[in-house]
Amino acid sequence: MTDLTESISAPPVGVVGTSHVRLEGREKVTGAARYAADVPFEGLAHGSLVLATVARGRITSIGVDDVLAMPGVLGVIHHGNAPRLNPEAGLLGTGDATLQLLQDDRVPHVGRPVALVVAETAEQARAGADALVVTYEEEEADLVFSADHPGSYTPAAAPEKHKGDVDAELAAAPVVVDQRYTTPQEHHSAMEPHASMARWADGRLEVVDSNQGSFLVSYVLSVLFRLDPGVVRVRAEHVGGGFGSKGIGPQLILAVMATTELKRPVRVALTRRQVFATTGMRAATDQRVRLGADSTGRLRAIDHDTATHTSTIHEFVEFPGEVTNALYAADAIRIRTSLVKVNLPTPTWMRAPGCAPGSFALESAMDELAEAVGVDPVELRLRNEPEVGPISGLPFTSRNLVGCLTEGARRFGWADRDPRPGVRREGRWLLGTGMAAGIYGAGSLPSTAAITAHPDGTFTVGIGAADIGTGARTALVLVAADALEVPTSAIRIDIADSDLGQAWFAGGSRGTSSWTWAITAAATDLREKLADIAHIPADGITGRADTAPLIGALEQRENHAHGAQFAEVAVDPSSGEVRVRRMLGIFAAGRIINPLTTRSQLIGGMTMGISMALHEEGLRDAQFGGQVNGDLAGYHVSAHADIPAIEADWVPDYDPSNPSGVKGVGEVAIVGTAAAVANAVWHATGTRQRSLPISLERILTTTNA
Amino acid sequence: MKEFAYSRATGVEEAVSLLAGGSEARFLGGGTNLVDLMKSGVEAPDLLVDVRGLPLGGVEVTADGGLVIGATTTNSDLAVHPEVRRRFPALSQAVLAGASGQLRNVATVGGNLLQRTRCGYFADTSRPCNKRVPGSGCPAIEGEHHNHAILGWSDHCVATNPSDMGVALAAFDAVVSYETVDGPGELPLAEFYPAVGDTPHVETALPAGALITAVTLPAAPVAARSRYRKVRERASYAFATGSLAAALDVRDGVVHEVRIAFGAVASRPWRARAAELSLTGAPATAESFAAAADAELAAAKPLAHNGYKIPLLRNLVVSVLTELAEEAAR
Amino acid sequence: MPPTTRSDISLRVNGETHVLTVDNRTTLLDALRENLGLTGTKKGCDHGQCGACTVLADGRRAVSCLQLAVAAEGSDITTIEGIADGEDLHPVQEAFLELDGYQCGYCTPGQICSAVAVIKEHAAGWPSAATADVRPDAEPVPLDAAEIRERMSGNLCRCGAYTAIVRAVARASDETKVTA
Repeated sequence: MTDLTESISAPPVGVVGTSHVRLEGREKVTGAARYAADVPFEGLAHGSLVLATVARGRITSIGVDDVLAMPGVLGVIHHGNAPRLNPEAGLLGTGDATLQLLQDDRVPHVGRPVALVVAETAEQARAGADALVVTYEEEEADLVFSADHPGSYTPAAAPEKHKGDVDAELAAAPVVVDQRYTTPQEHHSAMEPHASMARWADGRLEVVDSNQGSFLVSYVLSVLFRLDPGVVRVRAEHVGGGFGSKGIGPQLILAVMATTELKRPVRVALTRRQVFATTGMRAATDQRVRLGADSTGRLRAIDHDTATHTSTIHEFVEFPGEVTNALYAADAIRIRTSLVKVNLPTPTWMRAPGCAPGSFALESAMDELAEAVGVDPVELRLRNEPEVGPISGLPFTSRNLVGCLTEGARRFGWADRDPRPGVRREGRWLLGTGMAAGIYGAGSLPSTAAITAHPDGTFTVGIGAADIGTGARTALVLVAADALEVPTSAIRIDIADSDLGQAWFAGGSRGTSSWTWAITAAATDLREKLADIAHIPADGITGRADTAPLIGALEQRENHAHGAQFAEVAVDPSSGEVRVRRMLGIFAAGRIINPLTTRSQLIGGMTMGISMALHEEGLRDAQFGGQVNGDLAGYHVSAHADIPAIEADWVPDYDPSNPSGVKGVGEVAIVGTAAAVANAVWHATGTRQRSLPISLERILTTTNA
Repeated sequence: MKEFAYSRATGVEEAVSLLAGGSEARFLGGGTNLVDLMKSGVEAPDLLVDVRGLPLGGVEVTADGGLVIGATTTNSDLAVHPEVRRRFPALSQAVLAGASGQLRNVATVGGNLLQRTRCGYFADTSRPCNKRVPGSGCPAIEGEHHNHAILGWSDHCVATNPSDMGVALAAFDAVVSYETVDGPGELPLAEFYPAVGDTPHVETALPAGALITAVTLPAAPVAARSRYRKVRERASYAFATGSLAAALDVRDGVVHEVRIAFGAVASRPWRARAAELSLTGAPATAESFAAAADAELAAAKPLAHNGYKIPLLRNLVVSVLTELAEEAAR
Repeated sequence: MPPTTRSDISLRVNGETHVLTVDNRTTLLDALRENLGLTGTKKGCDHGQCGACTVLADGRRAVSCLQLAVAAEGSDITTIEGIADGEDLHPVQEAFLELDGYQCGYCTPGQICSAVAVIKEHAAGWPSAATADVRPDAEPVPLDAAEIRERMSGNLCRCGAYTAIVRAVARASDETKVTA
């Protein structure tokens, strides 16, 4: 394998741009790394959730007394005795009723927590939760989302966005692709189930949690429980994956309630089924994409119309149209979203929200357009490369999608591809290749950081960042080392503690850009302070930064990471089996800080994308609303055997809007994967797959053996 | 999970008498299914009698060239045993296709025969299920059933048996030996799993309190050329969507002997006797193989969302038998 | 008197014998984590569906979540904490560290325990579902990528580190052969 990265990158000045193993690597390979449920506490009690079993209704009774009489049971928290919560609390600053647990007798959807049983041991708590009899008055529930649902509406959070006259361009275009694409409910399924420990100690609420941003969680917790923000301390040293699911989990809210009521440290760890039921999912989407083009494939119109769903208690909008916002130039573009409120749990962000399902639709449609106009799919994309934001008209900070497409095509061997579908066979397998482009937003958000210089020549960096497996801890040390012009061995870093101050969370692919900015600014502040003094006192000298004013002063730009993904698949039409044989992703994602971990994260996103393409589908019963496959044996995520040798690499890119030139990589890597696989399946079989996942059943019922 | 007592049996007689003493007692083998179901509340024994330490492990070749497989033999020890691989390669393949290495090292042959369905409604104690609570109903028939039965189901239950091993055992006429307080007994696999009828909760024909002690495979020279093929929703570590154990003996282009069993299509491993009958004496061609599959699948009654299993099984029969026939010709 | 639902057991873990009283319901996984403080073994699903709790029992890999602690008495258990030789990492751990065979690290202890056993199982001539011909006189198969993927499939990784894990297992397997 030729390693493009090493050959085209400028020689690094410092350590940024060179590969470093994870700082916490040794702890992770020896089992010493402690996750939320691993930290021991004196006198710890255990809480176990009880979830609503009805699809909608009202709690009429809770058999508390019988459970209180069980061995080891310390208490049962329910709507009759739970602390009252502040309805204005929410991760985005506005009230999210999803967090309002145990506040009344209403059951808005199946799986809603209705009680917490706390006991001396986890086994006793679980037995109590299993034994707790809750009766309900059931009400008629609306459980099935569909695009033509009578209750659908345009949410204020996702108003129609357009430029030009889409209908006129579509009517005038000589070639039109008009198709519907569907994606199912998908679940994050981080390997670590959500867990929290909460206790009151020395007048503070101390929380050990599994989350993507301890400062934000501590802040929202303080609002939710009407506490002074300084009272709450949240830590999440090691987090076993998040993918968007680890904001404020139900286990945290209930653990805080329990410790407040019972005056004991309480740990609440969700079971895997409870993770499926209570921590949100990617909403299902039903998307209609219409592309109008001239005979050369130049786009005259893109119309991207999405129907999706949310719960009856909180409006979360999955926004696939996001992908259409800035990927291609067209004379006219229109993005519309309609939402339906159903009696199902509130969906939430999941890796590349919007763009992951959106790119499946748009990039599948682009492949259909390539077929219709007889233009190579890579060339089709090159012909529609925008100069400026296609809708906004704003300039891009930097954009190297062309580099991704051309370099990807070169390395994949795309030029040799026979465009005809269904003509390559190897034994029982039909072979095909496909590609797709991807895009995901970049940018920085306000964060604070502090760096202390010690007399022994070492430094301590403190920043409320989170490392949920991204390699953030290591990357931030590399950036700090270069900013301070010292070796990495001179730097110690503290992260994932709300006491370190405000910082953006690990989300939106904006963690590294936001945190590195704060660190470089703090380093500048520190170096200025050090310049004025002769020697460092015993308690050190601290430089600080808050990037809010710097970020507030930025000019508006289109800022995105880009990628192009290429897949080769084998399809056995007689069994329906689809295997991805190889996959290549080339990305333009700003400056790469740590190539070793960046490559892992990119490959990880593509791996999740293959899983999305082939396996993942949350199945619900239409009568009860409950998930029928809410465990890891029923909800299939890719296993080792599903994943071929995946290569990921990058082309030069640099985001001039932040000092490290960084764009995020966590999300762009899953954008386009499913479409690349689906397009390859078409190339193998000649049959389009417009619904995910591309299951055995779909192949068997649509493809001739 | 409810509290329970635990007892480790040191002998077969002791085991069956210990079990007879408990009102809701269960034998504990590897625990990979029982403990799972206890955690889900589907099983709630008050006594576990641990039989894993009984001297019932190991694989022996019988005088006529068959095998006796001890009930506590782990799936791994069964699958990797040279005589299993030599005499019944499809059995080794079937076991290796099931679960994962760290489960196969623990799971036992006896436990595998008693493995319960993976129907999502069965596992969810907040929902009706005739198998779990007789008379409560079967929501799968109208609900989510894309991996449910197409053969032999009734209006009371459409669940499938999830075992891979059982499919190969069915193809090779296994006989199950057991011990009870009243003495030993035997059941051919063909009679081990009763028809669903209106008693889906009755999953085996074993007498109450019986402990499986061994599985015997009679000598079957045809099995030396056999294969197990499993299709599932990911490439590994998933229950079957459809599977096939087959053995084929072709002489002068004509099928002399054939064994076929299906997995993941019925409440039990499904021995495809109609297909075997159709094929025996027929030319070993793709056309005959397809006709044999059709003969078996004529009885299939698909539900609204699992009709795809019919072409899947048909194609598997043709594909695997063709491979075996080609192998024989080489 | 009702039969007792607790048991006094001794568990041999990482070469040390621990005497403890457990609720019969306590799994080996929970006993390791809660009673012995060995939290390196992870709970990902608690139902044998993910492999995060994989340990070695008498040298063989086994899920610890479906094994009752009381039933594990008499087995010699090795957890991730016992894989390294003191400060010297096992070749599998070394390879995971250097080749970045993990991201969040939560499935890692199970992956590593599994990989250590996979190398031994392969060396002992065990076939897998990826082995084309399982008959005992067939040519032994190399531990190539396809074999590693199949044999490691009982360990799910949601971060998507599979590609690097396969490389790490292959490298450790080669090194183990050289040093063995």
